[in-house]
Amino acid sequence: MIEVEHLTKKYGDLVAIKDLSFKVEEGKIWGLLGPNAAGKTTTMRILTGYLPATDGKASVAGFDVFEQINEVKKITGYLPEALPLYPEMTVLAFLNFVSEIKQIPASKRKEAVEKSIETSGLETVRKRLIKNISRGFKQRVGIAQALIHDPQVLILDEPTVGLDPAQIIEIRQLIKSLKGKRTILISTHILAEVTQTCEGVAIINEGLLMASGSLEALTASFREKEGVVVKLKKGGESSCSMLREIRGVDRVSRENDELKIEWSKGKDLRDDITRLIVEKGLGLVEMRPLAMNIEDLYLKVISGGVKQ
Amino acid sequence: MKNVWAICKKEINTYFTSPIAYVVITVFLVLSGFFFYNAIWWFNTQSMQMAQNPYYYQQLNINQMVFSPLLHNTSIILLLMIPLLTMRLFSEEKKRQTDELLYTSPISVNQIILGKYLASLFVLLIMLLLLGVLTAFTFVFGNPELAPLLDGYFGLFLMGGTFMAAGIFFSSLTENQIVSAILTFGALLLFYILNWASDSASGIWRDVLNYLSIFQHFDGLSQGILDTTDVVYYLSFIFFSLFLTHSVIQSRRWR
Repeated sequence: MIEVEHLTKKYGDLVAIKDLSFKVEEGKIWGLLGPNAAGKTTTMRILTGYLPATDGKASVAGFDVFEQINEVKKITGYLPEALPLYPEMTVLAFLNFVSEIKQIPASKRKEAVEKSIETSGLETVRKRLIKNISRGFKQRVGIAQALIHDPQVLILDEPTVGLDPAQIIEIRQLIKSLKGKRTILISTHILAEVTQTCEGVAIINEGLLMASGSLEALTASFREKEGVVVKLKKGGESSCSMLREIRGVDRVSRENDELKIEWSKGKDLRDDITRLIVEKGLGLVEMRPLAMNIEDLYLKVISGGVKQ
Repeated sequence: MKNVWAICKKEINTYFTSPIAYVVITVFLVLSGFFFYNAIWWFNTQSMQMAQNPYYYQQLNINQMVFSPLLHNTSIILLLMIPLLTMRLFSEEKKRQTDELLYTSPISVNQIILGKYLASLFVLLIMLLLLGVLTAFTFVFGNPELAPLLDGYFGLFLMGGTFMAAGIFFSSLTENQIVSAILTFGALLLFYILNWASDSASGIWRDVLNYLSIFQHFDGLSQGILDTTDVVYYLSFIFFSLFLTHSVIQSRRWR
């Protein structure tokens, strides 16, 4: 649905993105992850036709963003990082204006505005001036304007930035509820956002693509060992050496009051470990799988410069 | 055209839901009303003095003695006020980053410029219509000629439209509204008085400077002389300014 091939953008001498390629399949929520100034916003601005690229190709739903930008604009909803809101307008007036410039036919405009107000949960503030509503509602108005023309593709640049935790959860749920027929690309530097909302991710750093793919595939490919983390009442050095005795265990290390037990891929030693703990009365408090989480993946990709 | 109207409507709403339009229109009417009152008062005293002399009395002409100076004075007020009306048109969009919404919507840059321009013309039209109400009273108490007055208003509208177009251009250059207003005012004043330099120039330069001067083209119109040269001058000034605005916006995005 969204295809980016060898995309490069330079601002004068500054290279914002370099030879970037990735692909988002139809109906998926994809995250564009990277530290600040990695080139996320630039990529999104190119995809939405705000900026032209210096080199390379990009297409949305088969329409080239350079040749057929008007077609792309018609089927794409875009939430820029800085909310494009007119503070002196009411929510309703603003959405009416957006419905006009998004080329919704006059007969369907009212319905479209009402639907976007409903989806984004703006009923209570529809007649208030945008400058007087809270940051969370402003964000919702931003999402409402992106949704108003029922776009096939949604591009959301840092949709939860500046919100409080409750609002972040609400916005994430809203985004998840939009999934289905829509393809969604979200940029973020918040890792939890990716694990909670996205199905796939493209990690970029300093304008370069570091890794891309579905979350499972990526974490699996980067994981070298399997293991568990256990917390014991008697988590001393003696317990460590006992656990090391188990056949197949490669490494036991202590981190604070937790023990990390690793073994090579493909085995499962959890039964053996549990049995040992119970038999020796080490006092099991907690046990959880040593899954490679998105943070490890991210740090590994960004710092190690692992390129796929 | 639908898109132009959408932008235009939004800009008119912004003008009239904020104090901008009301303040500008009020101050404009107070000042031009003051000039109008003075011109009428002077005309009255002259008429009373001339009443003793039938020959001179015949020479009195309200169009020339009241309306022509009034329109000139009004053009100066417009010169001062229009930069304040146009300064926000593009600067504010850029500063608030609402331009990202406009440029990622399926409407063209030309439609955006035209929409904003028409909205600014609408405010100008209101200003001139209200001034027209003031001057209409002379028809109750005197017998001025209508055609030259309408011609003068037409000239004033063209000139105001020229100011607006220049203002839009300078607004597209910067995200700072004050800078935009000062640049507009400076450039317009320079064009207004460009003919002053024609005295010191010679040959073709003299004609060029004279032709480029905004003031020079208003002189005839304010006296009721409709010359296509003047109309063409204003229209090409407007077209060129809007064309430059388009180029500036496009080049920003390509840089």
